[in-house]
Amino acid sequence: MEQDASQIKEQESTGETFEPKIEAFVCTYCTYTAADMAGSQRLQYPPTVRIVKYLCTGKVEIVHILKAFEAGADAVFVGG
Amino acid sequence: MITFKLNGREVEAEEGQTILQVAQKYNIHIPTLCYHKALSPAGACRLCTVELFDGRRTRLVTSCNYPVWRDMEVRTDTERVIKGRKMIVELLLARCPDVKVLQDLAKEYGIEKPRFKPETNDCILCGLCTRMCEERMGVSAISLTGRGVELKVDTPFHLQSDICRTCGACASVCPTGHIKLEDITGRKPQIIPSEFNRGMGPRKPINIPFPQATPNVPVIDPKTCVHLNTGACKVCQEFCGPGAINFDQKDEIIEIDAGAVILATGFETFDARQKPEYGYGRYPNVITSIEYERILSAGGPFKGHIQRPSDAKEPKRIAWIQCVGSRDASIGCEYCSYVCCMYATKQAMISREHDQEIEPTIFYIDMRAPGKGFERYYNRARTTGGVRYVRSMISRVLEHPQTHDLDLTYVDESGEIQTETFDMVILSVGLRPDPAFLKLAQRLGIKLNRFGFCESQPLDTISTSIPGIFTCGVIQSPKGIPGSVLQGSSAAGAATSFLAEAQGTLVREKIYPKERDITQEEPRIGVFLCDCGINIAGTIDVGKVTEYTKTLPHVVFAREYLFTCSTDSQEEMKAMIEKHRLNRVVVASCSPRTHEPLFQDTIREAGLNKYLFEMANVRDQSSWVHTFEPERATAKAKDLVRMAVARAAKLGPLYEFPFDVVQKGLVIGGGLAGLTAAFTLAEQGFETYLVEQSDQLGGNARALYYTEDGARPAEYVKELINKVKAHPLITVYTQAEVKDYAGHLGEFKSTISVNGRTEEISYGAVIVATGGTEYQPTEYLHGENEHVITQKELERRIALEPESLKEVRNLVMIQCVGCMDEEHPYCSRVCCTAAVKNSLKLKELNPGINIYVLYRDMRTFAFKELSYKKARERGVRFLRYFLRQKPEVAEIDGGLQVKVFDQNLRSEVMLEPDLLVLSAAIRPNPGSKQVADVFKLPLDQDGFFAEAHLKLRPVDFANAGIFLCGLAHMPKFTDEAIAQAKAAASRACTVLSQKQMYVGGAVAQVDSTKCAICLTCVRTCPYNVPRIDEEEGVISIDPAACQGCGNCATACPRGAIEVGHSTDDQFVAKICALY
Repeated sequence: MEQDASQIKEQESTGETFEPKIEAFVCTYCTYTAADMAGSQRLQYPPTVRIVKYLCTGKVEIVHILKAFEAGADAVFVGG
Repeated sequence: MITFKLNGREVEAEEGQTILQVAQKYNIHIPTLCYHKALSPAGACRLCTVELFDGRRTRLVTSCNYPVWRDMEVRTDTERVIKGRKMIVELLLARCPDVKVLQDLAKEYGIEKPRFKPETNDCILCGLCTRMCEERMGVSAISLTGRGVELKVDTPFHLQSDICRTCGACASVCPTGHIKLEDITGRKPQIIPSEFNRGMGPRKPINIPFPQATPNVPVIDPKTCVHLNTGACKVCQEFCGPGAINFDQKDEIIEIDAGAVILATGFETFDARQKPEYGYGRYPNVITSIEYERILSAGGPFKGHIQRPSDAKEPKRIAWIQCVGSRDASIGCEYCSYVCCMYATKQAMISREHDQEIEPTIFYIDMRAPGKGFERYYNRARTTGGVRYVRSMISRVLEHPQTHDLDLTYVDESGEIQTETFDMVILSVGLRPDPAFLKLAQRLGIKLNRFGFCESQPLDTISTSIPGIFTCGVIQSPKGIPGSVLQGSSAAGAATSFLAEAQGTLVREKIYPKERDITQEEPRIGVFLCDCGINIAGTIDVGKVTEYTKTLPHVVFAREYLFTCSTDSQEEMKAMIEKHRLNRVVVASCSPRTHEPLFQDTIREAGLNKYLFEMANVRDQSSWVHTFEPERATAKAKDLVRMAVARAAKLGPLYEFPFDVVQKGLVIGGGLAGLTAAFTLAEQGFETYLVEQSDQLGGNARALYYTEDGARPAEYVKELINKVKAHPLITVYTQAEVKDYAGHLGEFKSTISVNGRTEEISYGAVIVATGGTEYQPTEYLHGENEHVITQKELERRIALEPESLKEVRNLVMIQCVGCMDEEHPYCSRVCCTAAVKNSLKLKELNPGINIYVLYRDMRTFAFKELSYKKARERGVRFLRYFLRQKPEVAEIDGGLQVKVFDQNLRSEVMLEPDLLVLSAAIRPNPGSKQVADVFKLPLDQDGFFAEAHLKLRPVDFANAGIFLCGLAHMPKFTDEAIAQAKAAASRACTVLSQKQMYVGGAVAQVDSTKCAICLTCVRTCPYNVPRIDEEEGVISIDPAACQGCGNCATACPRGAIEVGHSTDDQFVAKICALY
């Protein structure tokens, strides 16, 4: 996290805008379908969003969220 | 195959390809102006210049027409190249400063203002038009004429060309807009009107006819296709990646052997030109409701923006005129089209959602909202929805010629004549049989009614006059979506029964090879990457992603395909699994929601367990949503593939196991609907339990002696009871109740109590038909004065004691007793027709009788309107009252007195009837509540059962394996109840006809060594699946009932539960591969 904070500082000092890496854990029935629909309607969003499909977000374990942060995500979004 | 270097990278190309073609394949952008895929390259604009090193020296060549050769070295982005292009753009911009493509290019190359003297030309002499005309159209009507500075595109001698076909191909390829269609024809070009958008927008000769078209692929319109008319063009062929265009396709006559036919040909709307007084076709702002439906649609001609046709202004005052082409004897259409009242209300509400300033007004005769939830919706529109309803038929529309505004004259509620101006008028056009159907009906020899709809039998709406030919939907009678859907199921069921003997004879079972045991093998992952034509490859550099994929752990094979889902790619996938001994497969393409089953089936055919499969969604969730960031989209695609590969390595085989479906049905409720459902199931060969709460079968139908269309439900149900009782496959329980239920789709168990003793039954599907009952009014002196009876009692007297009615001189009927008020805001659907039908019968029995029907809105929909008309003709008087001014009934000197304010006469009327008949509401059976509790089924606000979807699933519950029919669903007519019962039986048969179903696989499993029976999972499971296994002393989860959601696994404090295909190590592997 310290490293991230320093990175953010660095970006701020160089004038770059911070674009968070967002990890989305989504339910296959609602949010994943919505994400596909966003695709078919060509709605644009930042490529820093990554989607992991769950059958139901009831299966999202705390460890999954922590692992996502460990892997480098700036934020985790759960949509179900 | 030729290999050479492009921007320092080794690339592969076919013999004869140009540098530009290869660069495009590898997603390297080279700007062009005079290049077109379907035309021979000209090298005219020079913009595609690249630098070529031939081993000795470098030189500039035009990439569009320079063929590739082995070991050449090409660079597309050197300083020399850029400088050259910049100069070309600068010169062209000076020549044509107002041309958008050049302005954009100038911006790209950082040119603010050309250094050269600006001219006013707009032709860049690219020659696309002349090449198109010559090469593709085979005409050469235009060419480049003149020399040097005089060079220009023109016809010979600048004269109107005789050979020009005005096809417009030249204008379609012109990048600058120099050639305009108007200039070619000398007239304003006409669009090809889009049939789906009712001519309000254009369509192309190649188009997908409408968004829900099945299959959803484009078709070529032979009337407007240049190739099919002249033999030229074929440009589309050059653009279709998979080569799917086949001009040789011809109309074919295909013969089909069929044992039964279902006619579902639908309707066409009434041609509003037949009512010239409304000005449709003459006044631009008078449109039909179906045209307005397209205007409202986000996919419509104006993308959902409401505008009026004359001047594209946003209309504020919009009027709907109801019953255009319905309830109208002047054009021979006396019937009611059923759907218009509600669609007008819906359109008015949606218009207000689009624009709060719109003031919708609906001019109507009777507001007909007899469907489920309709009355509530109508009330909402009227009160909070801002929709104004005016009960007045409009006789004509007048236009202000300058503004195209429209004047309507009507009589308001106080009897005054008003004239009001509207911006737009929408005609609520009625439903007509499709004209093509009339020809078909003639050929089939089936009987039609006088309006051209299919004539069906009373109580049997799906049968036509010819056995084996069935009908459903509007072609049988005007109806809405739920009625059409359930009648569709009903007709399908009837056709299946008709073909019962031949059932299954043409089914071929698919046999899969034995699954390979891969549990001892190291992961060997094959990755198949899809271009999806240009859907993915247009944005993502799939080649790069493929190269990257080859570097990932466990990946032994990765290849790019134009379409991974095409049949040849599927064959290759099987071959590659075999060749490389793959034991996991990853496909990087579109959404697993649509394509996972297809690929899983393919790997099964190659001997792999279907759970050894993973998908990376690089289309819907990358190329389509990051279209303008190709590099980052490519990077994301790599990440998605890496994540999929990481998870794939952790996948293991899972096994689903079959269970035997209990091929028996349970029907709850022994009324007309329940009896019909049970009998239909039994006729299809399934053993059926029929559970009735009371001591006898038949329900309400026993007291329905006749209908307006000549059927006799009471006799019909008596016969049906006998058939049900005599049927060897039906077990009838009366005075019985279902006490509990357990199990799942295909295998349910229940205890039923019959007359005090209990019995255990098991069954595969259940149909709920608990029925309804007539409300017993407490108002209008009912129960106090013996001359106040209900409509049901009147019907009984007409049928059984007609003598008692001979002396009645004056009879009053009051409609909407116990419904359509604040407490019960729903319409009972059948009472208006019952009043009309009984009035007609009374007039027959006793021609001198005076009948007064006090009503709110006459809801005699569809062909029932004919009976209403007849009743009026026979002298039945209809007096309209308001909810806020209900009739008052008093007993004076032993006689009845009814005081009512007649809204039509606008005065108070005093009536002294010998008999007062109340049209009492239909209420759900009180027993419905108990059934709802036992089966955990939802009820609506009025106590009727709530189906899975109001429109699209009218006989299903959301709970799998449970179906619904009859009055338990909503008030309805006997023929509708029968149709719905057959539909429910047909739906239940889709379960019962399967001998085995598969369960398990991706479901929860308890590790018995870890389970402490803390019951957390029991409390967590939304489906109540976990149970205590008393023998083992642990929790057990029935794989057949488990939905695989994993809530229990997350909640389990000891981590004793794991869900197949959603294991923690699979998720963690995927998440750790995120970045």
